[in-house]
Amino acid sequence: MSAIYVLMLAGLAVAGTFMLVFLWSVKSGQYDDDITPSIRILFDEEPEKKADELKSG
Amino acid sequence: MEIFNKTNTPSLALEEFEYDNKIVRNFALATVIWGGVGMLVGVLAAFQLVYPELNFNLPFTTFGRIRPLHTNAVIFAFVGNGFFTGMYYAAPRVLRTPMYSQLLSKIHFWGWQLIIVMAAISLPLGWTSGKEYAELEWPIDIAIAVVWVIGMLNLIMTTIKRRTEHIYAAVWFFIASYVTVALLHVINSINLPISLTKSYSVYAGVQDALVQWWYGHNAVAFFLTTPYLGLMYYFLPKAANRPIYSYRLSIVHFWTLIFIYIWAGPHHLLYTALPDWAQSLGTVFSIMLLAPSWGGMINGLMTLRGAWDKVRDDVVLKFMVVAVTAYGMATFEGPMLSLKNVNAIGHYTDWIVAHVHVGALGWNGFLTFGMLYWLFPRLYKRPLYSKKLANLHFWIGTIGILFYAIPMYWAGWVQSAMWREFTEDGFLKYPNFLETVTQLIPFYALRGIGGTLYLFGWGLMIYNLLKTAQAGSLKEVEKAQAANMTHQTHQNEYWHRKWFERKPVLLTVGSLIVVAIGGMVEMIPTFMIQSNIPTIESVKPYTPLELQGRDIYVREGCYTCHSQMVRPFRDEIERYGEYSKAGEFVYDHPFQWGSKRTGPDLHRVGGKYPDSWHYNHMEDPTSMSPGSIMPAYPWLLEHELDTTTTAAKIKAMQILGVPYEKGYEQVANQELIEQANGVVKRLADAGIETEPTREIVALIAYLQRLGTDIKAENNPN
Repeated sequence: MSAIYVLMLAGLAVAGTFMLVFLWSVKSGQYDDDITPSIRILFDEEPEKKADELKSG
Repeated sequence: MEIFNKTNTPSLALEEFEYDNKIVRNFALATVIWGGVGMLVGVLAAFQLVYPELNFNLPFTTFGRIRPLHTNAVIFAFVGNGFFTGMYYAAPRVLRTPMYSQLLSKIHFWGWQLIIVMAAISLPLGWTSGKEYAELEWPIDIAIAVVWVIGMLNLIMTTIKRRTEHIYAAVWFFIASYVTVALLHVINSINLPISLTKSYSVYAGVQDALVQWWYGHNAVAFFLTTPYLGLMYYFLPKAANRPIYSYRLSIVHFWTLIFIYIWAGPHHLLYTALPDWAQSLGTVFSIMLLAPSWGGMINGLMTLRGAWDKVRDDVVLKFMVVAVTAYGMATFEGPMLSLKNVNAIGHYTDWIVAHVHVGALGWNGFLTFGMLYWLFPRLYKRPLYSKKLANLHFWIGTIGILFYAIPMYWAGWVQSAMWREFTEDGFLKYPNFLETVTQLIPFYALRGIGGTLYLFGWGLMIYNLLKTAQAGSLKEVEKAQAANMTHQTHQNEYWHRKWFERKPVLLTVGSLIVVAIGGMVEMIPTFMIQSNIPTIESVKPYTPLELQGRDIYVREGCYTCHSQMVRPFRDEIERYGEYSKAGEFVYDHPFQWGSKRTGPDLHRVGGKYPDSWHYNHMEDPTSMSPGSIMPAYPWLLEHELDTTTTAAKIKAMQILGVPYEKGYEQVANQELIEQANGVVKRLADAGIETEPTREIVALIAYLQRLGTDIKAENNPN
């Protein structure tokens, strides 16, 4: 069953990497603000062409 | 706009830059075109199970080669290109910077399309490694790894060069998908090549099964799920023009999902030779998955709270709502199917086919369609050509999904119940497997109709999108403005300091991963071989003829309909014989356990029928089993067996630890002919004339060997 150790190692490597990135993201304040980012993505259209004007005829 | 000022301080100089829409359009076109091809092939495969004549008696169009073509096309070509379409649109916009390199984008695009073309050519030709969803041969595997890493590099560099401190949830999902799929693909595809078109998995039997389903499960997770969750977190709020219900929930959803997903793979191998603790671990994690999955679904649906009237009018939202609902259904069903008692019923049946198609047609398909209907008017600066047609597409597609899924659920339950039904006297009520298949043909026909409806909807979409594109003109680049993060005055120092502080850490982590992958590639084969020591003494390596026959079995994709794994259930032992033991598969590179029994299990087929039965059956299955829906394989009776590869194959097996004697490859072909002469003689006794060097002879030798070694142990004579 040695394959299982390979997979656990690989799984742990992925999970470990994710853990490091997670710690970094929390430490660096990625999640200090959990409201603005969700609103900010709605504002990247060019001002003269709002979504409403694109309504189909 | 106070919230806005937090990141874009007005005193800062704004930088102007451009988003590349052309790459988005190209990926979108590829999505549409390959999606149609994949679905068309799927419809063909569906009707082949109703009308076996549709196999056309040609090797290239037979179900065993068509089914891998279908799965590879819809997964890697349709969903893959769909992911890239959304990523190249969303990532630069949420990160407020153009993609890192237009050259990398182009290489990514053309590289991926080239891989798809190579897959579309090689799979019908029978060049396959014989592992589900990873059938492509090693040169294509290498190309996939390279192009995948190019795409990943492009995204990660874009993330590093972003003009906003915060990385939006969608991008997290994209990055996690890239990293994990890269690792899965590399570990599962470690093969030993014997020619440009043929290679052997370095893992054997149980080991190979474990690696394959670790890959298979996580490919569903990180190729079909997490990239599309990223798309959901961007395109659903954009289409509804309101923020995601809870951004906090999206963060919790992301981290819990990726941490739990990677451990759930063993639920594909319940009741097999995998150790019990591994099976239980897989089940526990699969049940836990319900929480983050439903968290994500609720987050998506609740985004529309108080705006459900919009769903009535907006076809894009309709598609997305059904997509998210299908995601919720599939991710409820998944954990349920991971329970051992439910899995015992569902495994090997059409229930699983229904389950994955709720995911593929509902979640991936409908989210893609919603995204495309939203994107095209924005790329071409024109309203959608026809809302009515899009609505029609929505309804036809939805009915198509129902027509597909309901008969398949029904078929799965019917067949499973028939398999395990005993008479009062304790005999199987349906001892002839074929009875449980012919019962399903009406369901298969309905499923084909469902698929056709879905494909018709796709046809409406391509017309609608083309008309939209024709009416407008592609806005190749889109201007945008944002402040550069590094110019921020008092945060400037802090930001830089952090960057330099974490750079060595990132570098270390990155190099560790690279080293780990490299190390594993070198180490895995070595210690896999050590563990390939048979635990059952009577299990011997395949003879050269059987090995050649086994490669024909792999080439023809027999595993797409036949399993080689008898589970330890009363009905299966009664029907097939002794249940399968781990030690019986130690020389199987690759394993051929299969995952679906459209036909019966074959692990104990050896010695069950005379050679002449197999010969006639392969020429025309209905001659031996009237009503059979198995394709005919007349070319096996004609084609000359390629014996020039025998020596190379034996040598490769020796490298992989199969204990052939030293120098055996020199005499292998001689022994091959001797054994083939024996088969030919037995066929001649039954009145069949053939040559020892026909492919059919090798295949018969392999089939007659299947599962017989263990009998030698029981009767030493």
